[in-house]
Amino acid sequence: MALSRLSSRSTTLLQPLATTSLLRRRHISTDTTPITVETSLPFTSHLISPPSRAVETSSQELLSFFRDMALMRRMEIAADSLYKAKLIRGFCHLYDGQEAVAIGMEAAITKRDAIITSYRDHCTFLGRGGGLFEAFSELMGRTTGCSKGKGGSMHFYKKDASFYGGHGIVGAQAPLGCGLAFAQKYSKEEAVTFTLYGDGAANQGQLFEALNIAALWDLPAVLVCENNHYGMGTAEWRSAKSPAYFKRGDYVPGLKVDGMDALAVKQACKFAKEHALKNGPIGSNHHAFAFVFEQILEMDTYRYHGHSMSDPGSTYRTRDEISGVRQVRDPIDRVRKLIIAHDIATEKELKDMEKEVRKEVDAAVAQAKESPIPEPSELFSNIYVKGFGAESFGADRKELRATLP
Amino acid sequence: MWGILGRRAVDGGLSASSLRRMRSGLVSARSYAAGSKEMTVRDALNSAIDEEMSADPKVFVMGEEVGQYQGAYKITKGLLEKYGPERVYDTPITEAGFTGIGVGAAYAGLKPVVEFMTFNFSMQAIDHIINSAAKSNYMSAGQINVPIVFRGPNGAAAGVGAQHSQCYAAWYASVPGLKVLAPYSAEDARGLLKAAIRDPDPVVFLENELLYGESFPISEEALDSSFCLPIGKAKIEREGKDVTITTFSKMVGFALKAAEKLAEEGISAEVINLRSIRPLDRATINASVRKTSRLVTVEEGFPQHGVCAEICASVVEESFSYLDAPVERIAGADVPMPYAANLERLALPQVEDIIRAAKRACFRSK
Repeated sequence: MALSRLSSRSTTLLQPLATTSLLRRRHISTDTTPITVETSLPFTSHLISPPSRAVETSSQELLSFFRDMALMRRMEIAADSLYKAKLIRGFCHLYDGQEAVAIGMEAAITKRDAIITSYRDHCTFLGRGGGLFEAFSELMGRTTGCSKGKGGSMHFYKKDASFYGGHGIVGAQAPLGCGLAFAQKYSKEEAVTFTLYGDGAANQGQLFEALNIAALWDLPAVLVCENNHYGMGTAEWRSAKSPAYFKRGDYVPGLKVDGMDALAVKQACKFAKEHALKNGPIGSNHHAFAFVFEQILEMDTYRYHGHSMSDPGSTYRTRDEISGVRQVRDPIDRVRKLIIAHDIATEKELKDMEKEVRKEVDAAVAQAKESPIPEPSELFSNIYVKGFGAESFGADRKELRATLP
Repeated sequence: MWGILGRRAVDGGLSASSLRRMRSGLVSARSYAAGSKEMTVRDALNSAIDEEMSADPKVFVMGEEVGQYQGAYKITKGLLEKYGPERVYDTPITEAGFTGIGVGAAYAGLKPVVEFMTFNFSMQAIDHIINSAAKSNYMSAGQINVPIVFRGPNGAAAGVGAQHSQCYAAWYASVPGLKVLAPYSAEDARGLLKAAIRDPDPVVFLENELLYGESFPISEEALDSSFCLPIGKAKIEREGKDVTITTFSKMVGFALKAAEKLAEEGISAEVINLRSIRPLDRATINASVRKTSRLVTVEEGFPQHGVCAEICASVVEESFSYLDAPVERIAGADVPMPYAANLERLALPQVEDIIRAAKRACFRSK
């Protein structure tokens, strides 16, 4: 298939452009005919045979990758502006550059599979089906936010899509994610939990404690290390004796993945999910063969922004490094090139798509800006599910107090 | 001051609050008189967990030695045999890891009962109790509730030294989003643990190792599998009119002994068993102080920023004009727990301390 495409492309180069567009263009949004693409790099593996570099995709998938990643990118850039305009307060950790991890993962799993991640969660929320308006509302502390303005940037959740946050304490999500996997196994759900953490969190003791229990109890957990090479301002070589995070699971198999390649991410996540759900002869004899359901997927990725909006991101890395990655490894550009190479859309069509995305983001921001702030009574809501009539107090307890229902 | 006049009027008549307390006093008298059965706190806890596991398949037990070893203090005895390894999990000695896993399971809707061998070890996992469990319902505006119970022995045992003797009631009870319970009797143990397991919010359940083996009379009502005690309500263990003594857990027994001795000297002490440290039953405490006008508040934990301090503040804020004497605090000594038996005795409240404080509040001694 690939060969015939190549030859047809070379003949179209000799033909006038007008005829090309009539004869060669497929309908851009609904074509699901399989296209096979090779990942940019081979997978490096630990204790397991890696999956194939040949990834099956389609026009529809590649276009949706492009659009969704462009949306995520635009959202984060808009958040940057809002933060500088002081409409977003506190902490704001942006994900631009890392979009391929969120998008590739979603392509490999369903909404019954669970995801839990750190505070760098805006794009993960979008990937799980969260809306731009709810995201911007939450960032600006409005009652229309996904957490009704009570959480903020680090605490986005979408339980109906099995997205469990959004966690501010580095590494805490590792045991929590293994707990979600525990519940999936307990309830016999045939689903998997993807627990994301960074290279900074990868040294946390609780991660190894959770991994030990997950391996011991055969929990369907996949740990995904989003290695953007900097834990805040500390480069990986300054914080980890062994920065080969995919090997750090010791008895747990691991895979190192080009996290800037959405298709590689998709392939790895699909592989890991299948492995985690495996039953049958190998599964039942797992104690004998030391079979481990878990995997660590190390995503080699990069964040363009600093750790957070308080960090310029250039005191511990050079601007050349940042622009270098942007030029050579940008995840959106990679998919753009693929789409153009496979004649799925033109450069202009993709640029138009980006313009549409920009309009969508701007509209959501504008709508969120007009949204109301929470009522003062919301100070006291959702402390408990059942308050039993207990009292809670404001700063001056004789002035402000509430009975919790 | 009108406060004194107001109080006299209340003393003379039957206010709604005193009626309520009389009623609860009568109920406690009835349950003690009619109960011919006795039960240890250990059996009470074991039966509570057993019944709740039987009633709800989402309830499971997790902790060190809870399964094959039958429980370090035998609280989970027999549960592995009855329910199997899919409901009772022996964990490695990794509190941060298994507590986080328990909280994650609760996020997904299961109902874990996580045992800490003692609450001293909960400090290894405290981030998950506070940041992952207590605050989640609030931060997610109600999307993620955490129906988990953290239970285990709390406070001093006997001769176990400084690292194994701390009381965590004040620490946990200061956190909004947590519920903190402390049973005394077998009935408390059954009713409060069942309530905790059924509760949709995270509950810290503070037991006491030295109470595990103590037997208490238990009513038929309390033995029923549907029995449950309300969270947030204190119990008046002994009615009195001269001085209010509030406390929880093991100290309730000490306070009752003190009340007996005080009665011989003509001081009628009202003993309140808090049962719930958070929510704290300020209404019952204040109603009692408005009746007696004197307060001795007792706890085993460190004195600074303790449960007693909160109760004192509450009474000073709500019932200042009713107080006839300064509030007295009896608490653990402001020292790490020593090992030597005589020093350990000095480091913990004794019955004599409670008696002395009650007399001071009644101006019977300096």
